Amino acid sequence: MERERDRAGAPLSAIAPLSAPAAIAVRLRQVTAGYSARIALDEVDLEIAVGSLLAVIGPNGAGKSTLLKVIAGLLLPFSGTVEVLGGAPRAVAKRIAYVPQAEMVDWSFPVTVGDVVMMGRVPLIGIGRSPGKQDRAAVDAALETVAMAGSRNRQIGALSGGQRRRVFLARALAAEPELYLLDEPVTGVDVTTQEDLMRILGAESDAGRTVVATTHDLASAAHHFHQVAFMNGRIIASGPADLVLDPALLTATYGGHVIVLPAGDRTIIDDAHHHDDAPTGERHFHDGAG
Amino acid sequence: MVDFLVGPMAYGFMQRGLVAAILVGIVCAVMGAFVVLRGLAFIGDAVSHAAFPGLVIAYMLGIPLYIGGAVAAVGTALAIGAVARRGALRFDTAVGVLFAGTFAFGIVLFSTIEGYVADLFSYLLGNVLGITFADIIQIAILGGVVLLVVALLRKELLYASFDQAGAAASGLPVVTLDYLLLGLVGVTIVVSIQAVGIIMVVAMLVTPAATGQLLVDKFWDLVKIAIAVSIVSAVTGLYVSFYLNVASGASIVLVETLLFALALLFSPKSGWLVGRRRGRRAEELQAVARPTVDI
Repeated sequence: MERERDRAGAPLSAIAPLSAPAAIAVRLRQVTAGYSARIALDEVDLEIAVGSLLAVIGPNGAGKSTLLKVIAGLLLPFSGTVEVLGGAPRAVAKRIAYVPQAEMVDWSFPVTVGDVVMMGRVPLIGIGRSPGKQDRAAVDAALETVAMAGSRNRQIGALSGGQRRRVFLARALAAEPELYLLDEPVTGVDVTTQEDLMRILGAESDAGRTVVATTHDLASAAHHFHQVAFMNGRIIASGPADLVLDPALLTATYGGHVIVLPAGDRTIIDDAHHHDDAPTGERHFHDGAG
Repeated sequence: MVDFLVGPMAYGFMQRGLVAAILVGIVCAVMGAFVVLRGLAFIGDAVSHAAFPGLVIAYMLGIPLYIGGAVAAVGTALAIGAVARRGALRFDTAVGVLFAGTFAFGIVLFSTIEGYVADLFSYLLGNVLGITFADIIQIAILGGVVLLVVALLRKELLYASFDQAGAAASGLPVVTLDYLLLGLVGVTIVVSIQAVGIIMVVAMLVTPAATGQLLVDKFWDLVKIAIAVSIVSAVTGLYVSFYLNVASGASIVLVETLLFALALLFSPKSGWLVGRRRGRRAEELQAVARPTVDI
């Protein structure tokens, strides 16, 4: 364990853009968290600078979703401190947008695309009040951004997988948050949707907002994100996104489940476990980077 | 025809029964939408049965029955919420244990009372025609409070029902909203028990909303349909009860069930018959298109 920790060099978890010293959006210190039967995060230290576009990668069960839940204030850690946007997660909740994994959503629920995006405004509107002009404008703008304005009145279950992710990103955009927490936002979607969503998140990051997303897609992590954090129960390493191409870090994160093949100027990564519903034995190959 | 409709309304008990059945129907329809979408139907059944010991104890102590029922129903609803949060047992297992146990306790207490207790029997099977003016006031006040709370928290309840994690992360107090929802279900059940009885109250909650879910895709449209189904069933059921001289609560529930069955068969969205016809039409279109593809 210690050996692996050393490999990444110290300080392990400081993720800062080039212009330091940067303001910190998320700071986890010695955070241990999990569920009654299982510890998912083991003494995690992590700092995420404001404006980061961070991919959290690691095998299934590495604690990626748990990390997002702790930052979102959905799960209280057993020990350690969590500071988000300068306060406790629950105190700054209105400035956070959380997008759950697609499997966590009941797609048969009788709500339309417009209804879902308006939910992003609910905490801002306040109890007992109806959406105002500003709220409707925010929803319109968010739907335009994700190219779903024409589907406003469709029930969400009638959408394709990619469209569903677009709608949930629109809900996050409509909330006008300072911190995006997205659980597998581009897993299993078509290439066009993936490119579109990442372009939107990139623009949010450029505008000074912080984006943290888990992903199984190492190629996407390398191509689309600015920073990457390797997780397997704890943060193994973090830094600029091209760290994804480091065979030693990948082996440390994925253990025996990853095979790294140097192939000319490319790295081919085989992470056989990364597609949740892939039939057993099916393998997926990704180009590491061009 | 006019006589057929107006005749029964010459009786005070029919007027009161109609007003009570419609009021109860509206409150049940609105809460039922949340019950159906949150998968709380079994909890609704459990809470209504758990109200029984409360009613019996109130009867024995000589205090108003609905107070005993309300304490037991709301208490059980909140206890179920607490069990759900701890999660040591499978949730429906815990509810099943609680549900049968509390009802058995009520029956044991009931059997210690000597003589025939018409009041308590009417709570088991419902007797909307036995409702007094004071009962109607009670239903109107409690039902009005339930509807007011739902109206004030409509956005928050919908968000928390649809995506609990997203709602919690954005700052909504989802745990409080959950308990509030269960408490409102408890109050709704107490309000409804006198009309349709402990055993059938779950139908008043679930069937109209389920009918709406078969017909439309938008939450508030679902609520509107559920309200319409409740009102039509209340009126029709009472007339059926009057002319055929059968139990009133059961008649209302049967009409609701009939409307649900019609929606199941003929819903343009998901109806078994209509859906099948649609499928056939699509096949015909394909059959027409196929030759041109082959050429």
